Amino acid sequence: MNGVKDTILSVDRLTVRFDASPPLLKRLVTGAGRRTVHAVEEVEFEVARGSTFALVGESGCGKSTIARAIAGIQRPSGGSVSFMGVDIAGFRTRHAAMPYRRNLQMIFQDPYASLNPRWRVGRIIAEPILTHGLMTRGAALTARVAELLETVGLSPGDTAKFPHQFSGGQRQRISIARALAANPAFVVCDEPTSALDVSVQAQILNLMRRLQRERGLTYLLISHNLAVVAHMADDMGVMYLGRLVEQGDAGQILGRPLHPYTRLLLDTVPDPRAPKRDRARLAGEVPSPLAPPTGCAFHPRCPLANARCARERPLPIRVEAALVACHAVEEGRLPSRPPAAQQSFATSGDAA
Amino acid sequence: MSALLKVEGLRVEIARRGRVMTAIDDVSFEIAAGEILGVVGESGAGKSVTGTAVLGLLERPAFQAAGRILFDGRRIDTLDEDAMRALRGREIAAVFQDPLTSLDPLMTIGDQLTETIRTHLDLTQAEAVERAARLLAEVGIPAPRERLASYPHEMSGGMRQRVVLALAFSCEPRLIIADEPTTALDVSIQAQILDLLRAMCRERGTAVMLVTHDMGVIAEVADRVAVMYAGRLVEVGPTQSLLAEAAHPYTRGLMGSIPDMHRRDVELAQIPGSMPRPDAPVPGCAFHPRCGQALPRCAVERPLTFTAGASEVACWLADPAARSAA
Ligand SMILES: Nc1ncnc2c1ncn2[C@@H]1O[C@H](COP(=O)(O)OP(=O)(O)O)[C@@H](O)[C@H]1O
Ligand SMILES: Nc1ncnc2c1ncn2[C@@H]1O[C@H](COP(=O)(O)OP(=O)(O)O)[C@@H](O)[C@H]1O
Ligand code: SF4
Ligand SMILES: [Mg+2]
Ligand SMILES: [Mg+2]
Repeated sequence: MNGVKDTILSVDRLTVRFDASPPLLKRLVTGAGRRTVHAVEEVEFEVARGSTFALVGESGCGKSTIARAIAGIQRPSGGSVSFMGVDIAGFRTRHAAMPYRRNLQMIFQDPYASLNPRWRVGRIIAEPILTHGLMTRGAALTARVAELLETVGLSPGDTAKFPHQFSGGQRQRISIARALAANPAFVVCDEPTSALDVSVQAQILNLMRRLQRERGLTYLLISHNLAVVAHMADDMGVMYLGRLVEQGDAGQILGRPLHPYTRLLLDTVPDPRAPKRDRARLAGEVPSPLAPPTGCAFHPRCPLANARCARERPLPIRVEAALVACHAVEEGRLPSRPPAAQQSFATSGDAA
Repeated sequence: MSALLKVEGLRVEIARRGRVMTAIDDVSFEIAAGEILGVVGESGAGKSVTGTAVLGLLERPAFQAAGRILFDGRRIDTLDEDAMRALRGREIAAVFQDPLTSLDPLMTIGDQLTETIRTHLDLTQAEAVERAARLLAEVGIPAPRERLASYPHEMSGGMRQRVVLALAFSCEPRLIIADEPTTALDVSIQAQILDLLRAMCRERGTAVMLVTHDMGVIAEVADRVAVMYAGRLVEVGPTQSLLAEAAHPYTRGLMGSIPDMHRRDVELAQIPGSMPRPDAPVPGCAFHPRCGQALPRCAVERPLTFTAGASEVACWLADPAARSAA
């Protein structure tokens, strides 16, 4: 990441907490206290225009909550999100938010749930164009919808059909066409291929990359699938229990991961091209976000944890093209990677 | 060595609205004692139907229309309900994607384990409890004795799947049918469960039919792989060689479509179109409309199975007669 970066999205100390307390009466009767879900804690990152930034992590680590906060659907408990230089919290009225919303669109994991089942495809795709006042009903709009369908590999004849008449992969194509309809600069893609078979996933990922090249789109790609992230991302952030533990250049992080969690996560992913390779294991399970561990949230599972880790939260430090929040890295007591792991990830940075 | 499980020419049909569709056809494979066979394919390929048929759990509208299933040399697809139920849980156990398919939410873990154990084995209640606690310890459940009193909803998804493994192994079966056992889990928990499954099988010599859509899972645990497409087996072979150099064009396309962690800036291989459904069968080779190498005969003649390297391949390109003519 050399030279001046044209930042399109900037997330600053974003925190989202949910109140998961039992109802007041129950609290009074049982003496139970308030409970807070620490979904996202002080997350900071920037996304460069025209690039793909991927957020990766296991389920419940806060990825979708970040996506919703960026899309303005989820109000942050702290911190801010600025899109195209404007703080999104400033958009109080629906009208003022329009230009922002037009430039920021979303694609979800389950295209069926996100497409109105009672609308025909033509109406689904035309809706954002009409909402943003980009066109009025008529022949030009019909032509635009047809063009969008062709762009995503469907046929103009599909406008009269309903979502249930399509396969999962085709429905995701409809979602993409709808997301592109208002000509956005930025698309948040939350697990866009997680519900699809691999051969269909390949079609969608290739389509997303082609559209990015042709239109200069910026993606925030959310995925629990590291191979998908490796394939798509320029930059990436690894999340654990609501926090970013390592972020930066995707080639560097995949090739030379530093954070103990990133290392174990990479080792854990089964690789069809390296059957039965020797690998380390991630022991235990992710603790509850209702009571995240003190100090480094990863310390109960970390092979390198010491007394400081249990006490003091590590702050991110820069190591070449990455930011890493880990005391072992800062203290220089990180072991070199085991030979098996070295070998299987050594080349990913070079190939990029 | 004779096969523990032998499936021969299995066909399952589905009768709906006066129409009969073929869900799987001419499926033949074997699993040796102690062997892990991975059955892989995209959704709708017929993997679960195959596993369900072996378990004797096919329900209307699906029924076995042809073929034989032999367990330990004995035909089991003709057994009556009672005999099949006695076999299930004792000799052949099942693990499904959702642990709650196997676990009763209203019963404690301990009661479920002891009930299964006492149904199939001649043990006292105390012995059964002892065995249940040992199993929970073996599958890595902390404080196993206390956990016997827990209900499934008090555990995480990963812990529940461990309990399901304990249940599956509780009567020392010789074969386990595991249908997408880790699909609902995060990768780190998936790895723990697969390690556990593999270790427990190796220790006891238990064979597994592991159904999955994930080639990564296959790579981790399977000794041999059977690739399914549109209700047929298209390629069967040893894991290492099949993953490294698949012979069937579908298997090759499938491998190419999986993003490679190590080569980032390459376009993914794309198989055009999608797999045919049972209600719209394709004549000849079911893959021919999507196959880049299809021969004229592929559109009309169903391919025979040929030997290609260490694999068995149902593809006309592997026909030695065609290859020598070319
Ligand atoms: N509306 C909500 N109310 C309470 N808890 C929530 C809500 N939304 C998400 N959470 C919790 O916040 C955490 C992060 O969730 P999410 O962002 O969906 O994770 P991911 O997308 O990484 O799987 C989880 O523990 C989840 O249960
Ligand atoms: N009970 C049933 N009724 C109707 N169709 C069924 C039934 N069971 C399976 N099928 C069909 O049989 C085919 C194979 O299904 P299945 O074995 O579940 O696929 P897989 O497990 O490989 O995803 C699918 O097309 C499915 O829709
Ligand atoms: S800060 Fe300590 S506990 Fe956290 S990842 Fe680094 S070494 Fe492990
Ligand atoms: Mg999510
Ligand atoms: Mg299935």
